[in-house]
Amino acid sequence: MIDQSKKLVSIRDGYGEGLVLAGEQDERVVVLSADLVDSTRATAFKERFPERFIEMGVAEQNMATVAAGLANYGKIPFISSYATFSPGRNWEQIRTTIALNNLPVKIAGHHAGVSVGPDGATHQALEDIAMMRVLPNIVVVVPCDAIEARKATVAAAKNNQPTYLRFTREKSAIITNEASPFEIGRAEILRNPSASSGQGADCSIIGCGLLLYNALLAAEELAKEGIECEVINSHTVKPLDAKTILTSVKKTGAVVSVEEHQIAGGLGSTIAELLVANLPTPQEFIGMHDHFGESGKPEELIEYFGMGVKGIITAVKKVLKRKS
Amino acid sequence: MHPLHPDKIKELELKANAIRQSIIEMLVAAGSGHTAGPLGMADVFTAFYFYILDHDPSNPNWAGRDRLILSNGHIVPVRYAAMAHAGYFPVEELLTLRKFGSRLQGHPERLRLPGLETTSGPLGSGLGQACGIAYGARMDASARSPRPELGTKAAQVKWRTYCFLSDAEHQEGNHWESVMFAGKNKLANLTALVDRNYIQIDGSTEEVMPLESLAKKYEAFNWQVLEINGHDFSEIVGAVERTREEVSRPTVIIAHTIPGKGVSEIEFNYTWHGMVPKPEEAKKFLSELRTLRGKINNDE
Repeated sequence: MIDQSKKLVSIRDGYGEGLVLAGEQDERVVVLSADLVDSTRATAFKERFPERFIEMGVAEQNMATVAAGLANYGKIPFISSYATFSPGRNWEQIRTTIALNNLPVKIAGHHAGVSVGPDGATHQALEDIAMMRVLPNIVVVVPCDAIEARKATVAAAKNNQPTYLRFTREKSAIITNEASPFEIGRAEILRNPSASSGQGADCSIIGCGLLLYNALLAAEELAKEGIECEVINSHTVKPLDAKTILTSVKKTGAVVSVEEHQIAGGLGSTIAELLVANLPTPQEFIGMHDHFGESGKPEELIEYFGMGVKGIITAVKKVLKRKS
Repeated sequence: MHPLHPDKIKELELKANAIRQSIIEMLVAAGSGHTAGPLGMADVFTAFYFYILDHDPSNPNWAGRDRLILSNGHIVPVRYAAMAHAGYFPVEELLTLRKFGSRLQGHPERLRLPGLETTSGPLGSGLGQACGIAYGARMDASARSPRPELGTKAAQVKWRTYCFLSDAEHQEGNHWESVMFAGKNKLANLTALVDRNYIQIDGSTEEVMPLESLAKKYEAFNWQVLEINGHDFSEIVGAVERTREEVSRPTVIIAHTIPGKGVSEIEFNYTWHGMVPKPEEAKKFLSELRTLRGKINNDE
């Protein structure tokens, strides 16, 4: 059972804690912010290491290029802004000066997804995973809760690669714990019905980010109806953990991908690319179907766009009908 | 300022002439690329690689080297030629420019050829990277000093960061973000040098999108501004000496150059921006360079 009583914490808070830890562990870590220190949770780092914090002003293109220069020199820069601006506005600078140069700049894209809420479509990044994963050399990580966000931030500081970290704004459920394993590039099985019930799973639900909580709730509901789902946290979209995913899908023969992102180019697409080449499997996609978001409460937007528990349940039932 | 010895000037002139010949030869072999810009910047590159820069061609990654960032990557043939003549790699390798498998990519790639510092081509992103390098160096310099308040931070950074820019790339927004950043942070260990040749692909810079008054724009952003003739070695070296003395501001050297300098048919002609000579034309151009426009009899 998922403990729904735990308090909600914003995933971005984990980034803020992770920055301080990374800064303590390595003096090469520097943080750049484009006039969004507090809302990207860089405040604690700024206070702890003022000489290693650089205020860039509202200039995301320059932030990317200055970070490339800092990394070129030998620093480990984290650049903090909203994902619609970074990597949204500065994509070409990231491509040429960070990815092609293969420099270990960490791009922290905040306020991803419709769960940004009232700010509306301009500030709800739904394309950032696609934009980042098409670039060679770049690692793409989407933590599912604040604890994982902290671990991902600390791990990114050490991987010596250009890395995109995606964070959401709204307070959300904690679904991992301190002891949960985390390694960039390795997916984790969050719910494993065959382990608990001894019965095989009917469907693999593979997701990333805060929607994994909805995926777990949907799996519990479905279990009551006798439909067992294996739920996989594929926090690293690139490089995708092909082994874990193929092992699961081989057992279940059906997939539902779950992400708060456009269907085009996101985690679901990444999984489909893997399966089509290795293990063609019916798949349903939870995410944004070629729409922009709009203003509203986070939970109502998630429901409206079909990314709530109900939407996931419907998708699982639909994909099961397609199983041969 | 110490004036350059006439013998040194003579030596640099000959070197620049050899680099111009290499540029023509490599562009003809490549069959595509840019001609006017590289020829126009041959004197500046010669002054840097053969007089100004603290560098070691046999150890391109030496930590104490001056960093030379080329922002307008499309003029890279002049950098490749200068590097080859300085001993970074064999001069014959220049003829592999733009060919499959070559380290000399059409636009420079840092990971392909040691000594390039950055990857460039898309305009407007060089100064930001130079700012990052200069800022990082200054962070470490001040962190190492037990009493940073006793000396200027700039004085503690032994090596400098130089960034070469085209004039037309000043039409890019990213560039001005970086100008603002360097001014705010008083990056005195950073020197930008603008190849002010007034041409771009679609015509004259002042017709396409006016840049003047360029000097006043930089001054407004808290930069030291120096204007020089980009073909006068004494002026190039003198300006760099002045940037080394500046302790509280970044410096921009606006180097007025003649696009296509050295080949009369190409000089001042914007249509040569993105065009390369045909083999017959190249023969004539190389002869003009070898004989210093008929002044000496050195044409084989």
